[in-house]
Amino acid sequence: MIWDVDYDAPAGKLIAIVGPNGAGKSTLIKATLDLVPKVSGDVRVFGQPYEEQRTRVAYVPQRTSVDWDFPVSAQDVVAMGLYKKIGWCRPVTRRWRIEAREALDRVGLADFSRRQISQLSGGQQQRVFLARALVQRADLYLMDEPFAGVDAATERAILQVLRDLRSTGKTALVVHHDLQTVADYFDHVLLLNMRLVASGPTAEVFTEENLRRTYGGRLALLDQVGTRLAEGQ
Amino acid sequence: MIHEFFQLLSGWSSLDTAIAGSAALTAMSCSLPGAWLVLRKHSMMGDALSHTALPGVVLAFLFSISMKQAGWVSAAQEDAFLQLFLFVGAVVVGVGTAWLTEWVQRLGRLEGSASLGVVFTAVFALGLLLIRLDVDNVHLDVDCVLFGIIETAALQKVPGTSIPEPVLVNGAIFLANLLLVVLFYKELKISAFDPGLATSLGIPARGIHYGLMAVTAVTVVAAFTTVGSILVIGLLIIPTATALLLSERLSVVLALSVCLAAISAALGHALTLTVPRMLFSRLGYPTIEDAGTAGMMSVTAGLLFLMALILAPGQGLISKLIHRLRLGLKISGDDILGVLFRFEEKTAMRPIDISVPALVARQNGMRPWMVSLSVRRLLRRDLVTRQTSGELVLTDRGRESAKSLIRAHRLWEAYMSKHFELPDDHLHETAHRVEHFIDDDIQERLQSELNAPTKDPHGKRIPELSDS
Repeated sequence: MIWDVDYDAPAGKLIAIVGPNGAGKSTLIKATLDLVPKVSGDVRVFGQPYEEQRTRVAYVPQRTSVDWDFPVSAQDVVAMGLYKKIGWCRPVTRRWRIEAREALDRVGLADFSRRQISQLSGGQQQRVFLARALVQRADLYLMDEPFAGVDAATERAILQVLRDLRSTGKTALVVHHDLQTVADYFDHVLLLNMRLVASGPTAEVFTEENLRRTYGGRLALLDQVGTRLAEGQ
Repeated sequence: MIHEFFQLLSGWSSLDTAIAGSAALTAMSCSLPGAWLVLRKHSMMGDALSHTALPGVVLAFLFSISMKQAGWVSAAQEDAFLQLFLFVGAVVVGVGTAWLTEWVQRLGRLEGSASLGVVFTAVFALGLLLIRLDVDNVHLDVDCVLFGIIETAALQKVPGTSIPEPVLVNGAIFLANLLLVVLFYKELKISAFDPGLATSLGIPARGIHYGLMAVTAVTVVAAFTTVGSILVIGLLIIPTATALLLSERLSVVLALSVCLAAISAALGHALTLTVPRMLFSRLGYPTIEDAGTAGMMSVTAGLLFLMALILAPGQGLISKLIHRLRLGLKISGDDILGVLFRFEEKTAMRPIDISVPALVARQNGMRPWMVSLSVRRLLRRDLVTRQTSGELVLTDRGRESAKSLIRAHRLWEAYMSKHFELPDDHLHETAHRVEHFIDDDIQERLQSELNAPTKDPHGKRIPELSDS
């Protein structure tokens, strides 16, 4: 549960969402996408409600959120990002498969398009998810811990993709856990611990003082009232 | 015995064809929605639906009977109305069960399978009560609902034709399910693999979930008369469980499920005609000539699963065993090369030979047959040669191979000694186990990370790849 996050993401920037476990980082992303209910508040994407701007938003969930033993290939998973565009009851034709392969190429997995997803390494699986978001050609990318537990090659590939996105004017909101790399990778930062602690350009906001406030333990009262509120719903 | 089997089968009549056909179409119709239940990890939902369907079925019977009694419909129309009510009842049951279990789960703070257990037993018992309450009007036999009577069901002909009723009903359901899967293949796939993505794209994953539940319930209700509410669970789950062992491609898995379902049914009926008679006449009960086809279908499906479990390429027990044996041979072969190489190194004599019994004695815990198998493998690959006296000598190729192994071993020791707080005499054991898995690429990386060491922690020389 998170409280009263009031934030305007600047367009064309790479933005890190940083905070301790249970701070509500994933919840913030899911609330943006209407995947979890909001008690109050609203989210506007490019000035409009999310439902009207769906096609401009791509989502990269946590890798562990799906079953990687599912009997599909890397290319199949990437093509899923195109399903809405392809439309109901229509098959995935050659043209879409080519588009999926191109996205796999951008994340360095061109040779793995026919590989079953269960046979990919963790880092490769993460890159498949990234390719699936790329294929949506969105303007806003919401990514939940794409750097979690990946190998060095994957980390470089993801970073390259993020920078390419920024250079074409896209925005990415990325849940990030590695404090060492925040300053190197991101322009803006959003510090979260059940509420918005601070936000703004990394150079100004990513300070020791703000980090201490972010990581300085949970607010016990906020937790307690939150539980009661949930029970009262 | 095989002769007896075919002799018994030669009595196959047109009724047997009707039964086997009904059974096959029922199984095929179930395998499609069942496949999606298994893929979504909702297999127990099939169990729940087959039970919660009971009150729906009973109510459908009650409604159509009271409509006839009230004089609203003629006796001829009654059956059509019954079918309609059964269909509507099944849809309500499907969606209702899915909704109710979610509701119980959320409100009762239960885990998924517990709330399923609460919902389906309670609703099923309600169905049994309904039968009891209006026992005079409901011509429903509990045994029939639970186990189905495919033999009598197949005798019912579609009016005016010679087509058995289950062939028409379950065949139609199968075709409808096939059409739905083909039409909504993408949508079913995405909402099974990643419902969150589906929702964020604007594909209604929840709606598809409810739709699948409704389709499953209709299929299950249609299967009641042939296989009953308990065995139908097997038809939903087992073909796909087997298919998943045989393929990793979704379209192939679905096609295989349908085929396996048909095979289980046809083979199941053939076994019903033969196995009980052959078995029981030998046990001294010649009067027992038959067993229920429905039951034998599930047994056959289970046997096919077992066969796949043992024989499947890649994932089957046998191929795993072969893989283990190959790995064991490689490791013991590696070890023999290592022994010969170290021997040459220690005595500074080249080539040096060693006898097979001496090898066995040195290889603690390695079985003699493994050693002799490995030796044969090394000889075949020209890594060692056997001298006239019977002793083994490294060939040049063998020496290169052994060098790489020793290099891996000593590099790993150096790596561990750098990064682990361990006394030097603890390094050998681990290095001995991992040396077989360190290829040239990893050796290269170890080499550069350790700044190209020339000696291992024990002071032994780390051989270079190109030196001779």
